[in-house]
Amino acid sequence: MKIAQVAFGLASVFAATFALAQGAADKRRSGYQDMGEALQKMQGDDTANPGMLFVQLGEQLWSKPAGAANKACADCHASGSMKSVAARYPAIPKDADKPIDLEGRINLCRTANQRAEPLAPESRELLSLAAYVAFQSRGQPIAPPSDPRLGPFREQGGEIYRRRQGQLNLSCAICHDDNAGKKLAGVTIPEAHPTGYPIYRLEWQALGSLRRRLRNCLVGIRAEAYAYDAPEYVALEIYLMDRAKGMPLDAPGVRP
Amino acid sequence: MTNVLINAPKTAKPGEIVEIKALILHPMETGFRPGTNGKIIPRNIIEHFVATWNGAEIFRMEMSPAIATNPFVSFFAVATESGTIGLRWTGDEGFLVEERVAIAVG
Repeated sequence: MKIAQVAFGLASVFAATFALAQGAADKRRSGYQDMGEALQKMQGDDTANPGMLFVQLGEQLWSKPAGAANKACADCHASGSMKSVAARYPAIPKDADKPIDLEGRINLCRTANQRAEPLAPESRELLSLAAYVAFQSRGQPIAPPSDPRLGPFREQGGEIYRRRQGQLNLSCAICHDDNAGKKLAGVTIPEAHPTGYPIYRLEWQALGSLRRRLRNCLVGIRAEAYAYDAPEYVALEIYLMDRAKGMPLDAPGVRP
Repeated sequence: MTNVLINAPKTAKPGEIVEIKALILHPMETGFRPGTNGKIIPRNIIEHFVATWNGAEIFRMEMSPAIATNPFVSFFAVATESGTIGLRWTGDEGFLVEERVAIAVG
């Protein structure tokens, strides 16, 4: 049918922009490229991608006043003005002394400028706002800031990435560098490039952050996951974003 | 907060078969799962989905607890006359969402 053609067309355009933005010589593969055609179509169609429900929700929340300051996000940042922001986080913004990720940035804005309670990790509000911001960077190449203060955190992230841990004694690198593209229980092991976060993961039946995904992997190798607010996650995120530098964002992603 | 995404063509030729797709935010809680306190979380699902074309019913669907969170429904209809496609979801806890989209046939 027509719509199916349009959807397929969209998916092809999507795939083409990916190849174009990334350059032909780049051998890295995003999770989007590694998943099946049906899921790619689901992600590519903005009325079939459940992540878009949260983008819509985030857009509504953007103009809703909150906190003692009674200010909405939109009072400072016009709707749709967050282009490329998700592509450069985690970063050290001028009102913070340590690196924070996108969700952390949203909560910092809430506590410092709106004078509101921070949103709970993985809460619908926080994920929706993050999805709305990330959506505006769709197609933008991941561009970590060249802030030298991030260096030690990136190194720490890389060290965690390569460190064996858990009862299975595995590191992130063993699966996602050494064995990426091979199968684990019938599923293709992706290269772990954080291009689509927050993602709508079908297994979760919910939108989730990169932090949730990292916790998921830690549980998978039977390691003890760091506390939700642990700096290790941000360090890992900095490392992963640097590793995926130049790859286009495709948020909100759909993943199996 | 209700949240729906609808994909229906804005125009169609007479007699054309059109696909209508609708995605809605809903937990679809089965009523079989225990919560963190050990007690069963009460069932909260969408029970019925009905689509109308200028008021006449064209599609009806009964949903069950086995349907996943945020149900996505796709169905086909023959475009006969211009007007409004109405979509209506009803379910547990008084859930009721109605959405309308216009379609021009000609």
